[in-house]
Amino acid sequence: MSDTYTLYNPTVMEHFMNPRNMGDIKDADGVGEVGAAACGDIMKISLRIKDGKIADARFKTFGCGSAIASSSMATELIKGRTIDEAMNFTNQEVVDALGGLPPVKIHCSVLAEEALKAALEDYVKKHPELAGKKPAEQAVAA
Amino acid sequence: MRNVYLDHQSSTPVLPEVFDVMKPYFTEAFGNPSSLHQYGLRVRDALKKARQQMAALIHAESEEEIFFTSDGTESANLAIKGVAYANERKGKHLVVSATEHPSVIQSVEFLEKQGWTCTRVPVNPEGIVDLEALRAAITPQTVLVALHHVNHDIGTIQPVVEAGKICAALAVPLYVDCEASAGWLPIDVKEFGAALVSFSPHRFYGPKGVGVLYRNRKARIVSILHGGVQEGGRRAGTENVPAIVGGGEAAEIALREQPARAEHTGRLQRRLWEGLRTQIPYIKLNGPEPGPTRVPTNLNLSTEFIEGEGQLLLCDLNGIAVASGSSCVSKSLKISHVLGAIGLDHALAQGNIIMTLGKDNTDEDVDYTVETFAKIVTKLRGMSPMWDEFQKGVIDSVIAPTGRGKSFSQHAAEVSGKAAH
Repeated sequence: MSDTYTLYNPTVMEHFMNPRNMGDIKDADGVGEVGAAACGDIMKISLRIKDGKIADARFKTFGCGSAIASSSMATELIKGRTIDEAMNFTNQEVVDALGGLPPVKIHCSVLAEEALKAALEDYVKKHPELAGKKPAEQAVAA
Repeated sequence: MRNVYLDHQSSTPVLPEVFDVMKPYFTEAFGNPSSLHQYGLRVRDALKKARQQMAALIHAESEEEIFFTSDGTESANLAIKGVAYANERKGKHLVVSATEHPSVIQSVEFLEKQGWTCTRVPVNPEGIVDLEALRAAITPQTVLVALHHVNHDIGTIQPVVEAGKICAALAVPLYVDCEASAGWLPIDVKEFGAALVSFSPHRFYGPKGVGVLYRNRKARIVSILHGGVQEGGRRAGTENVPAIVGGGEAAEIALREQPARAEHTGRLQRRLWEGLRTQIPYIKLNGPEPGPTRVPTNLNLSTEFIEGEGQLLLCDLNGIAVASGSSCVSKSLKISHVLGAIGLDHALAQGNIIMTLGKDNTDEDVDYTVETFAKIVTKLRGMSPMWDEFQKGVIDSVIAPTGRGKSFSQHAAEVSGKAAH
């Protein structure tokens, strides 16, 4: 075959083949691991937080090509954001940055959002001084 | 990069000699076989020859027992619904194995909505149907038993001869779906005691667009597609003549070459499985070991701690074409019902890959696949939190339990507290 056909668009394929930020952060400030009840995928995001900002983000994913690409893109997008900004992160950002996902794979981007929020909640839990407000309220206040 | 096609269960290339015999029927011998002039009569004779070739492949007594449809799915629909509707007054009960192809299962579910009932007979962990349960499921209202010859997913060969004896003793017709076996294993409809058999030539180097349904003259069946009186009134619609002619040729060649093809793929099948199991830890073969109860083309594998679609994509990017029954690959987000029916742990069903060999695969193809697949598994495990957690003793292996940690399923349930949808 002379042409190459791909299941996903070139951006998704690129992030699947060469994922950014794959791995774990040693002694991470926040770790979130979530699973998708629907398909069985599992995603783990760990964060390094410095001066209220996300200094580093890494992922590990048990899942399909779009789940791996979604976690790669999500970790790219959130680096440098403040905690409040990150709390407002939505899966739509991942979908848009990836140039779209097939409808049946949108839930992969939702999983990335949930893994990130679970990691942020883990960080907030470890820092009671931030826990005066619930994460959602912090987000609203911001 | 080497290109290795390992999805012969989904389709095969048309043989050049098959394509050659098809060509005149597109341009020159284009007549409608129902027409009564020279153009039609010529084509009618070509269909008769193809019918004889199909009959010979499955050792049917007469070509008059062969009906042409559009594909295997239509043949299965005609077998199930056609028999059910024809015998409505006798009874409205069907018996099928739990691991039939979706074309059988969905046809049965369609009938269930209209008042039929169906008993699904369980299979053992290797996918072999429970014959005693099959016998016990048959009632005086049963009008059809459906049991496939070879499973489309895990390659299990069913005890169809024994099932045929049970059905004969209880005077219930048996339908044997031979989609995954025709051309690769010998088929004898009389030995099977089968009233109906279906298969498609595109699984054995013939073209797509034609399916075959064998029907023993004693089995009552009505048409489910209405119109003209083609195919003895059992299947309306103009026949796909080029595909039927090509399919007949492919059947004739398959009958002749079947032992050599099976011997060749069987040898490669053992080489492939031997290579994979020695190179890759925590890999499992689903279905029987290569041998008398497994079709000599199929390997259905579960590789632990990683998911199937990633394996499939990376295989494809390395020139290796494979299939998967994991939920991420299916549009319904459900694992293959066959993997569920054999009681495979969900963690293993997720990491599922199906490799099916063909007559043109070589030792080099197999060795390249083993080497490449081992690298793919290592890469994906490096990305997988489950592999990491297994190393740390947080979760345990299903394939080779260490006794440390909780099960994958328990862990997955804990982290999935919040559903993604």
